[in-house]
Amino acid sequence: MKKLGIIYKGIVTDNPTFVLMLGMCPTLGTTGSALTGMSMGLATLAVLVCSNVVISALKSCVPSGVRIPAYIVVIATFVTVLQMFMKAYLPTLDAMLGIFIPLIVVNCILLGRAEAFAGRNSVLDSLCDGLGIGLGFTIALTLLGSLRELLGTGKIFGITVYPEAYGSLVFVLAPGAFIALGFMIALFNIIRKKQC
Amino acid sequence: MIGMVVSLGVITVVAGALLGGADALTHDAVEKAQEASRVSALTEVLPEFDNNPVVEMALVRVGEDSVAVYPAKMCGRNVGNAVEITAHDGFSGDISLMFGFDSLGVVSGYTVLAHGETPGLGARMGEWFRDSVGNRSVVGCNPQVQNITVAKDGGEIDGITAATITSRAFLGALNNARRAVDEFEKDSQR
Repeated sequence: MKKLGIIYKGIVTDNPTFVLMLGMCPTLGTTGSALTGMSMGLATLAVLVCSNVVISALKSCVPSGVRIPAYIVVIATFVTVLQMFMKAYLPTLDAMLGIFIPLIVVNCILLGRAEAFAGRNSVLDSLCDGLGIGLGFTIALTLLGSLRELLGTGKIFGITVYPEAYGSLVFVLAPGAFIALGFMIALFNIIRKKQC
Repeated sequence: MIGMVVSLGVITVVAGALLGGADALTHDAVEKAQEASRVSALTEVLPEFDNNPVVEMALVRVGEDSVAVYPAKMCGRNVGNAVEITAHDGFSGDISLMFGFDSLGVVSGYTVLAHGETPGLGARMGEWFRDSVGNRSVVGCNPQVQNITVAKDGGEIDGITAATITSRAFLGALNNARRAVDEFEKDSQR
């Protein structure tokens, strides 16, 4: 039950986008459409689970003085491996996300979870934390991407909901990302307050 | 101190080995994926061909850049050329494009390989310049005899609404691509 609690915490009570407000760069940059948002979330989820497990396994043999560089090497390795495999087997997705894949290295969520959770908890708990936070991030990015795509172009995942001519382009552009994210955070807060 | 050096050293060595392994695993697949995307772009922009234009690719100089020209052949006869070209004067960064010309120099197709243009504005170039509405389409035009610039600059093409910079960059690249084909044909006659 405790493991499920950790996953639930990552998705809802400690949602990285709506509550912790970490990783805002990819959140704003890749949510122009539902598909790119979801892909970015899944890529981050994969790296986060791997890095959390390895960092948790290494925690007792890494002196605290070189903790941060060691974490960064671990994270950067997984990101680079992920990018190689994406270039090889998912080239269109890689082209769509472009620079945001290598930028996962500097995503605060990864180093944040390594420092706050994986460096202090067991391997299995860290795996659950990685899954929870990663899923929370993926869900948040998919929702934000869907909202922006819907308001901007009248589509969700490329499926037309209403004619594109009625969409307002601003939601696909950067200012629309801030506006949509702001309203989604507000909405998330209302729902969370009602629950308690 | 020594513990720090050893632990960080071991971690970086293991990470390096992992990266090397992953690279060895994916190297061939990455090259194959890149070639597949190039071949699919070539079949999209060129008239039907039966040779391998990637193997017969030649580099020609246009201005400061060297540009790749891919000759397309059918039964040994040249049926057209494709040009992979980068426009440096896009609205945000470089635009990488592939243009196809038939043997008469008429644009047979084009595709956008990579760009950073504004979604909904400049990014519409992928569909706009093949749209049959008004004078948008460059497909079927011959840049040797027609003035392929935006109507604002006295040309024959309707630029993308609210994205004149992208339109100018795109059409400039098209004219450069045509020049590259001329250079290529001059070279091969020699």
